[in-house]
Amino acid sequence: MPLTRADFSAIWLTLQLATLTTGLLLLAGTPIAWWLSRTASRLKGVVGAVVALPLVLPPTVLGFYLLVAMGPEGPVGRLTQQLGLGTLPFTFAGLVVGSVFYSLPFVVQPLQNAFEAIGRRPLEAAATLRAGPWDTFRSIVLPLARPGFVTAAVLGFAHTVGEFGVVLMIGGNIPERTRVVSVEIFNHVEALEYAQAHWLAGGMVAFSFVVLLALYTSRRAPMAGF
Amino acid sequence: MDIRYARVAFVLSLVACATSAAADEVHVAIASNFTAPAKAIAAEFEKDTGHKVVASFGATGQFYAQIKNGAPFDVFLAADEAAPAKLEAERRIVPGSRFTYATGALALWSAREGYVDGQGAVLRTHGFRHLAVANPRTAPYGSAAMQVLDRLGLKQELAPRIVEGQNISQTQQFVATGNAELGFVARSQIYRDGKVIGGSVWIVPGELHAPIRQDAVVLHRGRDNPAARAFADYLKGPKATALIQSFGYQLQ
Repeated sequence: MPLTRADFSAIWLTLQLATLTTGLLLLAGTPIAWWLSRTASRLKGVVGAVVALPLVLPPTVLGFYLLVAMGPEGPVGRLTQQLGLGTLPFTFAGLVVGSVFYSLPFVVQPLQNAFEAIGRRPLEAAATLRAGPWDTFRSIVLPLARPGFVTAAVLGFAHTVGEFGVVLMIGGNIPERTRVVSVEIFNHVEALEYAQAHWLAGGMVAFSFVVLLALYTSRRAPMAGF
Repeated sequence: MDIRYARVAFVLSLVACATSAAADEVHVAIASNFTAPAKAIAAEFEKDTGHKVVASFGATGQFYAQIKNGAPFDVFLAADEAAPAKLEAERRIVPGSRFTYATGALALWSAREGYVDGQGAVLRTHGFRHLAVANPRTAPYGSAAMQVLDRLGLKQELAPRIVEGQNISQTQQFVATGNAELGFVARSQIYRDGKVIGGSVWIVPGELHAPIRQDAVVLHRGRDNPAARAFADYLKGPKATALIQSFGYQLQ
């Protein structure tokens, strides 16, 4: 196999990025999705639209704004500099921030659909049995929304693995820090190293297919989500 | 003649006109660093010859892959010598049509005034966190920049501070947004009418790196297209060469 050490380190970095991003997204996405599924607020439409933006925006647009916002003159960049963190572009942390935005809808939307599908009645029943909110969430919502969580995690992970435009804009192609698989494929194609590009690109196709196949065949009943 | 036949004939004659007009159209694939001068040259070319230029801008490696796979381009203005030479070896160009249309100059540039001095001594200070360089494996300006650092004996020392743009445009963007304090860009990106557009700059002496030759070829698809040859010839003419120089490129 003509893959080099640089290729393997890109694969490892990608897996780290996708795992961390998925974890953070499940933590941050769950309350957002819960709020979206329950609220009658007029802000629901606005928040829903903002969450869905990365679905329709070209990644380069998102990447460009992140680059400007996180740069030394940007609002986020000023804040991180004041906190003594420096600026985020060209760092692994910066990629995580970018990926969280980029994959947000892929996690929030399946969760929101799963929460909405639960309906009011199980929650009301729990309330009559004097279950507290945390107890209700753990013993009612989590088990009922489990397929939604699985879908959200798988899609969030797979979508982050496939991320390219955002990383390209804010990454700086630094080995072991910001050079992920999709960027490495682009490097190989640009350098006319088609054999290595094929190995990595083929691996990416196979990985994505297997992940999605597992997801779709694991659904026994029609399920909330995508 | 039946009115219906008349209509068909009319439509057919329109189609015929359209195809004969298409013969005077030249589809050109242009390396993105040459975007601005190419637009200026294309406008003059259209005025002078009546031919029409359909320009696509992008990365040289991508264009090479697309041309190999049948992309509809008549002329290719690459950012390097390698891709046109490869196409020539693969017999995908009109024999003898390869020539150097521009030679790039390298500049160390910062968006801040007074940051880069006229000798590049700033590279030896430790005041900056990020030095932007185009990917040396794929971008000719990137490999030239690495040769310069090598010559100055700074390659090892500065390696941890280098951030790579995928191409020279992205590299310039890193510097323009201040995310990298300074970077090696193409002089053509920061020059208009022979003047720096802003910030501070060191024009890197040409002897510090191998020349950045950008070659053009007439592709196979353009062999019977008079507009393709006309465009290639026009590039060598006085109007085009004057424009190319005004954008900060050299000729040789």
